[in-house]
Amino acid sequence: MLSAHGLTCVRGDRRLFAQLDLGVSPGEWLHVRGENGAGKTSLLRLLAGLSQPAEGEIRWCGQPIKASDSTYRQNLLFFGHHGALKEDLTALENLGFSAAMDGATFAEAEALKALYQFGLKGREELPVRVLSAGQKRRVMLARLALRKAPLWVLDEPFTALDVKAVDLLSRLITDHVAGGGMAVLTSHQTMPIPGGRVVQL
Amino acid sequence: MNALLAVMRRDLLMVMRRKSEVLTALFFFVIVSSLFPLGIGPEPVLLRKIAPGVLWVGALLATMLGLQRMFAADHADGTLEQMAISPTPLVVLVLGKVLAHWLVSGLPLVLIAPVLGLQFDLDTEALGVLMLALLLGTPLLSLIGAIGAALTLGVRGGGVLLSLLVLPLYVPALIFGAGAVESHISGLGAGGHLSLLAALLTLAAFFAPWAATAALRIALE
Repeated sequence: MLSAHGLTCVRGDRRLFAQLDLGVSPGEWLHVRGENGAGKTSLLRLLAGLSQPAEGEIRWCGQPIKASDSTYRQNLLFFGHHGALKEDLTALENLGFSAAMDGATFAEAEALKALYQFGLKGREELPVRVLSAGQKRRVMLARLALRKAPLWVLDEPFTALDVKAVDLLSRLITDHVAGGGMAVLTSHQTMPIPGGRVVQL
Repeated sequence: MNALLAVMRRDLLMVMRRKSEVLTALFFFVIVSSLFPLGIGPEPVLLRKIAPGVLWVGALLATMLGLQRMFAADHADGTLEQMAISPTPLVVLVLGKVLAHWLVSGLPLVLIAPVLGLQFDLDTEALGVLMLALLLGTPLLSLIGAIGAALTLGVRGGGVLLSLLVLPLYVPALIFGAGAVESHISGLGAGGHLSLLAALLTLAAFFAPWAATAALRIALE
């Protein structure tokens, strides 16, 4: 499980939040809420280990996560604001590269299934450059379906998605949490996913 | 190891989709080194004398062209973040990117150098030494360049700053690389210079990826 103790985040000379405690156990998910600029993304980047907190500590299964800790990273899947998609490569090639980065084996059949699930049939061989913003997000989401990481840290996962894709993603997160996974996500909408707790910044 | 190969494969694949990047560096090298014989005139003795220096400076500037893009695109589209939180250490992935950069903008220079050397009336053996020196020297340029590219990541007007940072660090490679060909022509043998170049390469291969990784982590904060 993931827990944070006394987190303080300072950006420039502004203190975004101070002495924040939070924890997620298997089967739970956290909904991080707050106004624009409240520090939601900063909190998620701290949790992903991309930046260091000014004060406090983040622990995974009781062990502090350090920049060099690969067991934590094996269990983590992080989605930032940027898609981490290469415009010149196809959706399938992008998924293959992500899998290699995650240290996972890449099964093309499974990747195709995930892309079809997200309504990208017939577009798997197109360069991502020609896809729409929503379709690009769908390629990213296909990675969620493929990667078997217990902890998902998702920054605004519902941006640019249509109603159908929002449903698909909600179901994906519900299944993940129900199966003993954990998720931390930011969103301005309320979500009908059971087992959630709200962290207000 | 898998992730390192994946990074290299991806970078090479992207270059294949957008060939202009390799070709600009290569043509820049060809044109710059061809301007000298045209400007100076057909004087074999003088040309032979300036050949090593001119070809090396040309190669140095040509590798500079693609340097700024080494990490910039990955930084902009979030791939660098994903690489930083990958279970594979970032330093391994950085090494993969450096190797891909060398294959794209270093190796072609090594292969075309003998053709350009002919314009300077270099004999076959001198051309061999030139190729060997470039083979040892261009990976060194990519390695040192990676540190500069990582340090100037996200800096506005980073291109000029990158040149100011990296070019002074290229001086040892230039001295020993051009020196190898010069001392071969003057009959002293190129062994000493080449060994020093190889030593520099070994040193850089060990330290440069770590330095670049540290700089990237700062850029990502």
